[in-house]
Amino acid sequence: MSFSIRKSLHPGLNLGEEHGDDHLEAETSVFGFWVFMMSDLVTFGMFFAVFATTMPLACCPGPKELFDLGSVAWQTGFLLASSLTSGMAILTLKQEHATRSASTKKLIFWLLLTVLLGCGFLYREISDFIAMAAAGGPPTRSGYLSALWSLVGLHGLHVTSGLIWCLVIVAGILVRGVDMRWKLTLLRWAVFWHFLDVVWIAIFSFVFLGGLL
Amino acid sequence: MLDAIFGRLTWDSIILVQAVEEPNINTLITASAAAMMPVGGVMIVALLTWMKWWKPLFEWLTSVDHKKIGTMYIIFAVIMLFRGVVEGMLMRANQAVGLNGGFLSSDHFNQLFTTHGTNMIFFVAMPFLFGLINIVVPLQIGARDVAFPRLNQISLGLTAAGGFLFMISLMVGEFSTGGWTGYPSFTGRLVNPGVGPDYYILAIAISGIGSTLTGVNFSVTIYKLRTAGMSFMRMPLFTWTALCTSILLIFAMPPLTACCAMLGLDRFLGFHFFTNDMGGNLMNFINLFWMFGHPEVYILVLPAFGVMSEIASTYSGKRLYGYTSIVAATMCIAVLSFTVWLHHFFTMGQSATVNAAFGVATMLIAIPTGVKIYDWLATLWGGRIRFTAPMIYLCGFFVLFTIGGLSGVILASPTLDYQLHNSQFLVAHFHNVIIPGVLFGILAGIHIWFPKIYGFRLMEGLSRITAFLWAIGFILAFMPLYQTGLMGMTRRTVAYEDPALVPWMIVSGVGSLILGLAFLSILVTILVSVLNRKKLMVPFGDPWDGRTLEWWTPAPTPEWNFAVLPKVECRDAFADAKEKGTAYQPIEKYDDIEMPSNTYYGFIIMIMASGLGFGLVWHMWWLAILSLLGAITTAITYAFLPQKHNVIPAAEVREIDEAWRRAAREGRGITRDDEGNQANQGLACPDNIK
Ligand code: HEM
Ligand SMILES: [Cu+2]
Repeated sequence: MSFSIRKSLHPGLNLGEEHGDDHLEAETSVFGFWVFMMSDLVTFGMFFAVFATTMPLACCPGPKELFDLGSVAWQTGFLLASSLTSGMAILTLKQEHATRSASTKKLIFWLLLTVLLGCGFLYREISDFIAMAAAGGPPTRSGYLSALWSLVGLHGLHVTSGLIWCLVIVAGILVRGVDMRWKLTLLRWAVFWHFLDVVWIAIFSFVFLGGLL
Repeated sequence: MLDAIFGRLTWDSIILVQAVEEPNINTLITASAAAMMPVGGVMIVALLTWMKWWKPLFEWLTSVDHKKIGTMYIIFAVIMLFRGVVEGMLMRANQAVGLNGGFLSSDHFNQLFTTHGTNMIFFVAMPFLFGLINIVVPLQIGARDVAFPRLNQISLGLTAAGGFLFMISLMVGEFSTGGWTGYPSFTGRLVNPGVGPDYYILAIAISGIGSTLTGVNFSVTIYKLRTAGMSFMRMPLFTWTALCTSILLIFAMPPLTACCAMLGLDRFLGFHFFTNDMGGNLMNFINLFWMFGHPEVYILVLPAFGVMSEIASTYSGKRLYGYTSIVAATMCIAVLSFTVWLHHFFTMGQSATVNAAFGVATMLIAIPTGVKIYDWLATLWGGRIRFTAPMIYLCGFFVLFTIGGLSGVILASPTLDYQLHNSQFLVAHFHNVIIPGVLFGILAGIHIWFPKIYGFRLMEGLSRITAFLWAIGFILAFMPLYQTGLMGMTRRTVAYEDPALVPWMIVSGVGSLILGLAFLSILVTILVSVLNRKKLMVPFGDPWDGRTLEWWTPAPTPEWNFAVLPKVECRDAFADAKEKGTAYQPIEKYDDIEMPSNTYYGFIIMIMASGLGFGLVWHMWWLAILSLLGAITTAITYAFLPQKHNVIPAAEVREIDEAWRRAAREGRGITRDDEGNQANQGLACPDNIK
């Protein structure tokens, strides 16, 4: 056991040199996705930068009138918890499927739980948006609100696509079992999902807490 | 009801209709340009049917072979270059007679420089380079394909979709008039409610996403797929520059995507990112745009530098001088290119200190660039130089690019820039680096690698004429603009009042005619070479006594590139093997080769992206939504379909490869004296100079 862990280059999969092409493909595929995430991070960075320049003009309505920190805390909770459950899914993949015999039930359970938590996040986020618009803060109201809505909305859009992606993976696993390709897809999805968490933490501290302080 | 279906699209949006309703020189020019598309389309369809080429066409469109994808990029770029050159000539013609107003209306002129600039950057220079990188990099690192072949096809599809939007704007509606930089608030909804800026945003955003994916693909390819022994410091220089360009693409394209998205939100949904009121700030756009825009110029020029490095060593029969310093210089440029974007708007209100800092940073880039130029010169020193077409491009590059670089250092001084900003001096400067830098590199690269992929050389004499035409045309067309710029003539001006400018403008107009000839000359070269291909065959695959791995295959290169992946023990591995006489040794063991099989993925994505763009531009929401859903469905479907592979049996590979090796061992190579004539069958007899 310890031997195979030492040799596996990706924490999520028990792949070592002895897997030949599969191992190579895992490396390329996951590395490629990491690179893509770096690019995506720059996109978020640009939206953050523009948001930062509009902060001094954040008024009437501004953060004080619009933010509901309680709800944002809920969202944070949902998203962090979903990150945990997605981590559990990957651990299940690693522990149980190394033998390629164990059932897929546990894996699917964790994935669906992740989706559920993600939906919780989205539900609260959308309600917040609606409340914000009702309180006189639609994105067309000011430059600050445009930047706010699109930064948070961009993240929400990512979460939505992450959820759809996860459901596709679940369907794929049900149809074809946990084969090499779905394993790799799962690994990439996990990178994506944790990435969204990191971005959210930045949004939470910078946009919401930063706005209210 | 009709509004729901056609959105903003009305009968009058069609350019041909406008020309009939209101015939004048401007509508006639656009209408005849627009008419070329349906006419050309019908002709192509007829040709394909007549020659029974439909099936081969779809073989190509669905191919994931990096060589075919590269070729398609280049064909696309040549078509777009035609449009770009014609537009450039039209503008120059207008200027030549533009004292107190030329023959173009100002709105038409504005569209011309906008489409010309956008086109040349996004749909000519970038696809050209992606084409070269696609063709050459896998071969140079000893790989069979790129890391993500299907993604590669999707990138091409997205580029083509952007190109489609850009071209269709010629027929339906209009293009933006805001220049290739598209600054708001001029391109905002208030000033410019029409479809022009929407076309602009969507065309460059869609193709920009394709470029980002290309960057990801090639950086991963270069990191992960190098053959055994190909360490970083053994990579050919073109591959190095491709790597730097890929990294730049990964980090520099997102700002463009972001600023296009924001401008789109402003325009479509009434956001206030860049509006003049309600807390918008147009400086944000300008900053984001140039955070992309400056790295972009290095995205373009670095691979051209790579080509120049290959020319310097191959065509003088020497190792590259100062390999390490060129690599380091390339990396330096890549990093520095992110620190200078502000020099594009020195005049827009920063403090003097900020301007000074960015000015100094800009001047710093001249240092690594200078290092490279000296390294190339030193490579030539004492070499066995052949004055063939690539060397002519290299020499033209040395002289002209250096002048362009020096005028860049002049512009980098904020004090001087206050005078020169937005003048014709700037137009002269950037064409001075783009044509002798980027375009010369591209054209030389095509000349060098063409025989590798298609099996025959381009006619040497014609290629030389092409090279000279580009150089002379460039000098005549753009050197006068330095002068007129200093005389105070601004860029993007349709008419002028000062008669002293007239002679310069006429010279420049004549130069642009020569540039038009130079473009024709490219087509003639290719056409005549195709007709004479029997005499130009280089089946052994090494027509220039090459030094790097790509020359170590037959020409045309088989689908699988290398029968057995080569092992590398030093830099310039092929030159080394030739010297030791081991290059064509028989190989004992061949294995089956697995290649990814064709797919419609990229093609479908192209159609969906075009539909999405067109729907958004014309507010045909149903079309946009359907296309988006279609694209998502396609992606999901392909995730479920098994990925197919073609297996090429070892026996087949062995047969082809052994025949090639045997013939090469038995054949008599040529020395460099015979490089340009029929004796050159692609088998080199090394006359290496140490
Ligand atoms: C082939 C011959 C070419 C000719 C005759 C030509 C001519 C022109 C002219 C007349 C302008 C307008 C200058 C003004 O604003 O007063 C222009 C602008 C421009 N050209 Fe070219 N050009 C050529 C090639 C290229 C190439 C190869 C590139 C890039 C790859 C390029 C990129 C641009 C750009 C970016 C602009 C600025 C557009 C703007 O103002 O927004 N050109 N060119
Ligand atoms: Cu710049």
